[in-house]
Amino acid sequence: MSDSAELVKRLLKGDRRAAAKLITLVENDNNGQSAKIMHLLHPHTKKAYIVGVTGAPGSGKSTLTDRLTHELRTKEKTVGVIAVDPTSPFTGGALLGDRIRMKESCTDKGVFIRSMGTRGSLGGLSRATNNAIRILDAFGKDFILVETVGAGQSEVDIVNSAYTSIVILVPGMGDDIQAIKAGILEIGDIFVVNKADRDGADRTVMELEMMLELNPKKNVWRPPIIKTIASRGEGVEELLSCIEKHRSYLESNNLLEKRQDCRNESELMDVLSYRINKYLLDDLKQSGSYTDLLKKICEQKIDIYTAADEILKILWKKS
Amino acid sequence: MDKKIRILMAKPGLDGHDRGIKVVARALRDAGMEVVYTGLHQTPEQIVEAAIQEDVDAMGLSILSGAHMALFPKIIDLLKSNNAEDILVTGGGIIPKEDIEELKKMGVSAIFGPGTPTTEIIKYIEENVKN
Repeated sequence: MSDSAELVKRLLKGDRRAAAKLITLVENDNNGQSAKIMHLLHPHTKKAYIVGVTGAPGSGKSTLTDRLTHELRTKEKTVGVIAVDPTSPFTGGALLGDRIRMKESCTDKGVFIRSMGTRGSLGGLSRATNNAIRILDAFGKDFILVETVGAGQSEVDIVNSAYTSIVILVPGMGDDIQAIKAGILEIGDIFVVNKADRDGADRTVMELEMMLELNPKKNVWRPPIIKTIASRGEGVEELLSCIEKHRSYLESNNLLEKRQDCRNESELMDVLSYRINKYLLDDLKQSGSYTDLLKKICEQKIDIYTAADEILKILWKKS
Repeated sequence: MDKKIRILMAKPGLDGHDRGIKVVARALRDAGMEVVYTGLHQTPEQIVEAAIQEDVDAMGLSILSGAHMALFPKIIDLLKSNNAEDILVTGGGIIPKEDIEELKKMGVSAIFGPGTPTTEIIKYIEENVKN
């Protein structure tokens, strides 16, 4: 469709409506439109700095993202925000409510905010989030803040998309064993203890300190822990300076390129496995041998692994 | 993936009665739509800017303050000046009959008063969003 090419042209001229429409197109991804759009945009990307914001539901991700946006604007940086909220697995609908906390940035022409539903993805982002990041990158935003869905313990996709990942905690979320479990606490480049005016904030900071102390990989970068009260903007300036420190640490150690490489590889794998699933398996499901094998499993004639081996043999022969 | 209907739900102006809009937002979510909820005390500028950035197909505005004859026209004008008049504008709240006629002439597509079944709102949105 020439439609998307026209939109890309308008996007590069700074038309925000085109940016919004392109994000919709990559979200819906009808007739492989994402592929065409990303092909056209590719030469214009890799300029923005991507920051991930993750944490439990209600920990203050949206409020902190809003405050961080303000802080960046006072430094005359343009900002793109992508805020992801969960899609209902039952109805496919979603209530995207992150904008409630982002009213002030809303009419600022240097800020572009987009809410996305997860639409079936489980890692805390949606399948189209990475493409939306690239669209806002090509749109010319200096910083892109990606706010994940309210994360539990294992929604760690953001680490593959962002250069700096911020993990937000609030006081009173459990004992110190929570802090040594695997999961989102392993991905923080910066830790924020938000709602720091509440009881137990210092204890949460201490438990994080201990967790970091026990980390066997003694990297040069030790994730700082910052106390914030996002609703009043307290600690946000310090947070931004930590982001900048982390950025220069990555840049001066050639680690930014490494993160970019990782990001590219993880996106390539995503696209590949999606396509393999879609084309090969859809094809296979139509074929008779698949139904035959499934029937044999149900009749207890063969086991699942043997059936999978048979199917793989059929697929190799085809390709 | 199929196209999903995206709708912005907002309360322009100064009244703080948001029970109704939350019920409708929930119903639209359960009907499989993506509902961008922006909450209370929104200016027309904020609403139109959010609608553009979120690329919504429709908006639902709840006004119970009596300021509908000032707020709706402002929003319609802003949509026009941003070339976004294709976004379907609907509303709800306490709005007298004679004003509804006037608002429809200005370009408001539908007004759903108190007691409207949510199924009627869902049906209307589904049928009137341009694909």
